[in-house]
This record gives sequence, structure tokens and C-alpha cells, in this order.
Amino acid sequence: MARRIEIKDLDIHYGRFCAVRGVTLSVPARSVTAFIGPSGCGKSSVLRTLNRMHEVVPGARVEGNVLLDGEDIYARDIDPVAVRRTVGMVFQRPNPFPTMSIYDNVAAGLKLDKRRLKRSELDDVVLRSLRAANLWDEVRDRLHKPGASLSGGQQQRLCIARAIAVEPDVLLMDEPCSALDPISTLAIEDLIGSLKERYTIVIVTHNMQQAARVSDRTAFFTLAGVGQPGELVEDGDTQQIFGNPRDRRTEDYISGRFG
Amino acid sequence: MAARVRVAAPEAAPAPDPAPVPPLRLTGSGTARADRLFAAVTRGAGGFVVVLVLLVAGFLAVKAAPALRVDRVNFLTSRTWDVAGHRFGIVDMLWATVTVSAVAMVIALPLAVGVALFITQYAPRRLARPVAHVVDLLAAIPSIVYGIWGILVLAPLLRPVQDALGSAHWIPLFGNEGYSTGTIFDGGVVLAVMILPIITAVARDVFERTPVAHLEAARALGATRWETIRLTVLPHGRSGIVSGAMLGLGRALGETVALYLILSKPPAGPFSPSLFAGGETFASKIASNAAEFSTPTQTGAYLAAGLVLFALTFVVNAVARWIARRGDAA
Amino acid sequence: MNATLGARRRAADRTATVLITGCFLLGLVPLVWLLYTVASKGWHMVVTSEWWLQSQRGVGFRDPGGGALHAIVGTAEQVALCAAISVPVGLLVGVYLVEYGRGTFARVTSFAVDVLTGIPSIVAALFVYAVAITTLGGQRAGWLVSLALVVLMLPVIVRSTEEMLRLVPDELREASYALGVPKWKTVVKVVVPTAFSGLVTGVLLGVARVAGETAPLLILVGYASGMNTDLFAGFQASLPGMINDQFVNLGSGGQAYGLDANGNRVPIHNFAPDRLWGAALTLIVIVLVLNLVARLAGRRART
Ligand SMILES: Nc1ncnc2c1ncn2[C@@H]1O[C@H](COP(=O)(O)OP(=O)(O)OP(=O)(O)O)[C@@H](O)[C@H]1O
Ligand SMILES: [Mg+2]
Repeated sequence: MARRIEIKDLDIHYGRFCAVRGVTLSVPARSVTAFIGPSGCGKSSVLRTLNRMHEVVPGARVEGNVLLDGEDIYARDIDPVAVRRTVGMVFQRPNPFPTMSIYDNVAAGLKLDKRRLKRSELDDVVLRSLRAANLWDEVRDRLHKPGASLSGGQQQRLCIARAIAVEPDVLLMDEPCSALDPISTLAIEDLIGSLKERYTIVIVTHNMQQAARVSDRTAFFTLAGVGQPGELVEDGDTQQIFGNPRDRRTEDYISGRFG
Repeated sequence: MAARVRVAAPEAAPAPDPAPVPPLRLTGSGTARADRLFAAVTRGAGGFVVVLVLLVAGFLAVKAAPALRVDRVNFLTSRTWDVAGHRFGIVDMLWATVTVSAVAMVIALPLAVGVALFITQYAPRRLARPVAHVVDLLAAIPSIVYGIWGILVLAPLLRPVQDALGSAHWIPLFGNEGYSTGTIFDGGVVLAVMILPIITAVARDVFERTPVAHLEAARALGATRWETIRLTVLPHGRSGIVSGAMLGLGRALGETVALYLILSKPPAGPFSPSLFAGGETFASKIASNAAEFSTPTQTGAYLAAGLVLFALTFVVNAVARWIARRGDAA
Repeated sequence: MNATLGARRRAADRTATVLITGCFLLGLVPLVWLLYTVASKGWHMVVTSEWWLQSQRGVGFRDPGGGALHAIVGTAEQVALCAAISVPVGLLVGVYLVEYGRGTFARVTSFAVDVLTGIPSIVAALFVYAVAITTLGGQRAGWLVSLALVVLMLPVIVRSTEEMLRLVPDELREASYALGVPKWKTVVKVVVPTAFSGLVTGVLLGVARVAGETAPLLILVGYASGMNTDLFAGFQASLPGMINDQFVNLGSGGQAYGLDANGNRVPIHNFAPDRLWGAALTLIVIVLVLNLVARLAGRRART
């Protein structure tokens, strides 16, 4: 059940250091939104505030609002664990659980949940998630081998399968292809295209072509200088951002004239 | 179910608008309480350790107090230890503890530095690991085994060394006290063997972390292997050597059973500073007098001795940690 | 560089090489020597089945026979009780310091663990004596030894747990959080299993460390030459206790005397040294095997 996200006046701090300031941004449901921008401008930080992963870093703080279908996920009575169940995440480096088999990796989120699923239900979810992650055919006869025995690209798709097995509404991806070869990258890009039918997807990428290929909307972040907070420069339809940016800085960045 | 799989296929047509979106449920579902409980349990375990340390110090102090109150001599400056007569002075024990540890340090420290240098700088890469493990095994051997080996096998063979050093008997430390085996010297040599792996392990650790750039700079200047060690490895590893030595010293001061078996009990008489005399350290004296723990006062005297030993090892270990931490920061 | 300086430098280098290699060889001498002594003097005891099946009940130093079973059982029981307390508490403290520990209380805890690490075994034993016997009026028994051993084993477990948990990459924790798994379940089901073989190493090293510990025995339990499986009452043997007991039986020079048929004093075989070295060998083998298994487990943890 894809949901829309609204970010309002978001500031992010690490201890004393203000990493991001004043971000206001809407992410429509059932679409792919790409975050682009130079290194250190706070793309990952903003992404991690969307499922409250931000606060596992000691000393990290957030001000402002993040609304999920209108509900503030930073409101008082909100349980961050429930937020993360609704907003899944895929990381830059594939990180399957090393002690678990492929099957158990996919089932991990469900097995570690309070409600118990029957074995057949679990089988069903694993099958569906692996199919949705375009991995089923490659692992169908080694489901009980360790997850770490897969190639990097397969591991990343395994992580995507693991993330969607808990049926989130939103999927966050932080440079999911940066550790992968071009063929695996293509496989994941295809996958993103198919996943957006059901999920709201936000993806951070350094690859401009990738952003142009997979996303419907693009948000460009930058920072004025080292030690300065990052900020959102502009966001809009991907075609508009790449074809006709409103801001000089966006134009410079996408045409490779940055810094 | 089947519909989902179809939707996930790359070329699938956009799904018809799904049923009305179910409401979000993001409020607490009890996990927060389980989380707090688990955190509290681990914190409680931490608290247990803190309380344990306080109890150790507290109990020793409280139970030692009555003995110190009836002490007829000065606890810290008297040589007399006469439990029945309520005379508790720790000077002899302190002297034995310090000298036996000093002998151990004098022997073990240079040796340990040499062993650590060999393992890190001289041994072929493939050999270094197994060799390091073998040295670590020395640390695993129980001290009672060192004790029986020390007194039954090693001490008789140390006689000639003792006699040779004893020819310099005008040095008070080397005075001849007519002991054959079971001297402070014997104890110190066995202790040296016991603390060697401790000091080696710490020294090896810091030697291994000598910055490669420094090593290469020295070699580029045409330094020989020894000069490289003198110019880079040793200066870099100084804090490690010192903190390793302090750790070894802490262990030596508190060693009980090996010395309990090795050291001969000296007869009452005038004080001898000689290493070639018997003696009793704090730990060995407490261990060999468990039978005297009859009244609270008598037990208290030994608890007081134990408290001094605790304080001594605490200070030495604290210094070791402090030096190691400063070394890490640098 | 003139030639004489070059020669001197080379000579210094060679001297250093010789000295350092010499240090190393000298450092190995005691290990080899000690192991050889114990093995050569003790092996003929431990290869008999009697050694593993019988106690020393009613066996004097003049009499052949008897074994070390009572001591092995005593050591096993005392160490098992100690581990049953130290391992869970130590693991929890390690988890606290790595996963939750921030701020003053964590620093105090870590400092307390440092203090425990340095406590001499005799002080631990005295502490238990002061509490259980002087204050509470209890009797000496095996379980008090276990309590003293807890003081010695706990810091070993905590430090190794800490080290192993810190090796678990944060990415795995984050992956788990991102699935909506609460923190405590992440620790229990993801972090601890990932570090498992390393944790086993720590536990085994801790067990090895306390199995040979003797000081607490000397003041917290009497030695029984027969089998006593009751940790909570009566005297109880253990391997270090048995070594100590046989040491007392050595007499001077290990020589024993008996009376022959005519009532004359004659030298006879003293069995105490055999049992002394036999028990020492048994103890060393147990401790070294624990160490080896621990290191093998540890190697698997790192790859
Ligand atoms: N855990 C942290 N602790 C302190 N500062 C952090 C932490 N993580 C990020 N920062 C700081 O916050 C700022 C934004 O970092 P962030 O990782 O969000 O940037 P990014 O846009 O994702 O960069 P990249 O493209 O290199 O991944 C940086 O200045 C960074 O140094
Ligand atoms: Mg980033």
C-alpha cells in the first residue's frame, strides 16, 4: 500500500554539527524519487530520517516534520520500530545476515516479528519476495545455502527481497548499485521499475544516468562548502530537472561543472 | 497472492487501483516495553559488576577494621606479625612481595621485549603466528604447576647461580642466609617465567602497530634492522612496554600458589634484606594461614593484609591502563 | 659512510640479532622444559584406566593404586557452577557495554571490569570468605570456591564478549532495524549469533583460566581424598587441590620409609610424586585442550 511522504522544514544534526537544513519536499505515492547531489550534502541523512534510522546514530537529532500519508512519524506516541516496518530500507553495501541461509534471510523480518507465521505461509512469502526481487530463478535450488554465498548483485537483490518480505509501504534505497557491476545494476534498475507499482520508492544515487532512467521525480541537494549544512536546491519531474533546471547550481551539477 | 506475483513481473500492466488504503498504524505495539526491559537487564548486569567491586573493597575494609583497632603495633611500619598476640605489621610481607616481584621484572622485562621483537621483527611471517601462540600457551599453564616445577625441578638447579651471586655477599641483597632452595630469588625466577607471556603479548601488540611509513623511512635511510628497531619500533612501543610491564607486575604482586609452594618460611629473627633468604608475600602468607582464620580479629588481620594487596595491585593496574590509554591517544 | 663505521654498524646489527634470537630461545626453554618434566613424570599415571576411574580414598602415599576421578569431578563441578553464573552475567555486561553503554554509568561499569581484571585470586577468595563464612557463618564447601572463581572469570568473559561484539559490523544491526526488528531482538537474534564462535572462544578461555586456579581452594574448601559430588557440603577435591595435597605428602626429598618384616626402617617407594605429576599432567592437558579448542573456534570467528 504505497504512501506519500511530505517532509517539512527538516533540520538534521549530528551532535553540534548541523548536517542538513530546511528541507521541504513531497514524495508522491507509487513513484520513484531520486536524491542526487555532491558527496556530503546530506542525501543519506535525509533518507535515513524517513524511517527513523537516523536516531540509531548516537547524538543524532532531527527537527521538523516527516508525514507519512499525513501522519507525523516524529510525533510523540509513534513507535520507531513500527515506522521501520512500514518504511523499508536497502543499503549501499549488500548486507545479508551472515549466519542465515538465503531462505532465512528473506524470512528474517517475519521470523523476528511478534506474530508467528505458519511454515507454509512463510514459504509463500519467501517465494513471492524472491520472485519480486527477480532472484527466484537463480536461488530456487539453493535456498538453504548461506546468503553470503551469492554474488554481490545477487546479495543486493536478496536484501531487496528481505526488505519487501515484510510488506512495507515505502522502500528507501541508499546507492543500492554503487557496489555492483553494470549487469547487476541493470537487473536492479529493472526491479525498481517493477516495484514502483506497489511501493513508494526513494533512491539515492550518484549516477546521473541512473537517476534519469529509473526515477519519476528528482531532488537535487547541495552544500555551500565544507562544514556548511546541506540543503535542497530544487525538486521536480525528472525530465524537467535534467532538461530544464531552474537553478544554476543544478545545471552546473548535472552537466558535470560542479566544484 | 497470485495477483501480487503478476504485478511484480517487469512487463506487467499497471495494477488496477487496489482496495482502499488501510489506515497506518505507527503507535507503540509493546516492542518499546520489551526493549526497555532488555536494556534494563543488561544494565542491571553492569550494575552487578559495579556492586561486586564495591562489595569486595567494602567487605575487606569493614571486616579488617576490628583487627586494625586492636593492633598493638603499627600496621604499616612494624615487622612483627603475631596473630595470637594481636601484633599485625606488614613490613616483612611488603618487602618479600616487592623484592620477589622486582627479581621477576628484572629478568622478565628484557626477555619479553626480546621475544616480542623476535616475533614481530625477525621471525618469518609464516612462523610468527604459531610462535606467538606457543608463547601465549605459557600464560595458560596453571600457577600451581609452575609452583611444583619451580620448587622441585628448577630451584635445585638455581643453586649454583645463587652461590655465584652470593660471592658478592657484601651487597646486602646478596647476603648468604644459609638457604638452599625456596628463596626469594627462586620465587622471582619462576614468577619471571609466569609473567613473560603477559608482557610479551602487550609489547608484541604495540610493536606490530609501528606505522609502516616510519619503518620504510628508516629503511630508506639505509638503517640496519637493529637501527630500524632502535629508531622506530622501540620509541613507538615505549608506552606498550611500560604498560605491559605494569600488567606483569600486577600479576606478580598478587601471585599466590606458586610462591606458596616455593618460598620457605623464614625463622623469626633479625631482618635480612637478602634475596637468598626465604620469605612470605602477602598472598602466600594469607594462603598458608587459612587455618588461623578462627576469630574475627585473627581473620581480620589477614583481610587487612589482603586489602593492602588489593590496593597495591589496583594502583599498579590503574597505572598500566593509564599509560596504555595515553599511548593509544598519542 | 666510511668503512670502519660500516663495520661497527654491521657488528651492532649482528649482535642485536643474536641477542634477540637468544631471548626468544631462552623464553621458550621454560615452556618446553616444564611440559617435558610434567609429561615424562606423569604420563605413566594417566595412561592407566585406574587413574580415570578411582579416587584416592584410603590410599596412602605408601600404597599403590587409586586415581584422580574425585579431583576431576570436583574441578568439573566447581568450574561448571562458576561458568553457569559468569557466562550469562558476563555476556549481558558485554552486551550492555557495546550495545547500550553510553555515559557515566557505562564508564563506571567498564572501570569496575578493569578493577576485577586485576584482582589477585587470593583477594577474591578472601572476599568470599569474609562474606560467606565470617559474616554469614557458613561452612567451607565447594560452591564457595565457585563464587570466588566467578570474580576471576567474569572480567574475562566481559572483555572477550565486548571484543567480539565490536567486530560485528553496524551494517548488520542497521539491516535488522530497517526490517522493523526491535533492538533487543536484533541483539539476541542477529548480533550474538554473528559473534557466536568468538563468544565460545571467550568462554573456553575463561574456563581454562579458572580450572587451574588454586588459591581459593586453600581457604574455601578442605581436600577430600574420596569422592564428594556435593558442591554444597563437606570437603571436596579438585585437580589443583590434589596436586597440593600430594605435595604435602612428598616429605623431604620425596623419600618415604616403611618397616620391613623385622621391624627395621627401610626406604620404600613413595607414590606421592607420581600422583603429583599425574594430576599436574591431567590439569595441563585439560587446560591446553581448552585453549586449543578456543583458538580453533576463534579462527573460525575471524574468517
Ligand atoms: N554518523 C555521523 N556522525 C557525524 N556526522 C555524520 C554522520 N553521518 C554523516 N555525517 C555528516 O553529515 C553530512 C551529510 O552526510 P551524508 O552521509 O548524509 O551525505 P551524503 O550526501 O549521503 O554523502 P555521500 O554521497 O558521500 O554518501 C556530512 O558532512 C557527514 O560528514
Ligand atoms: Mg550517502
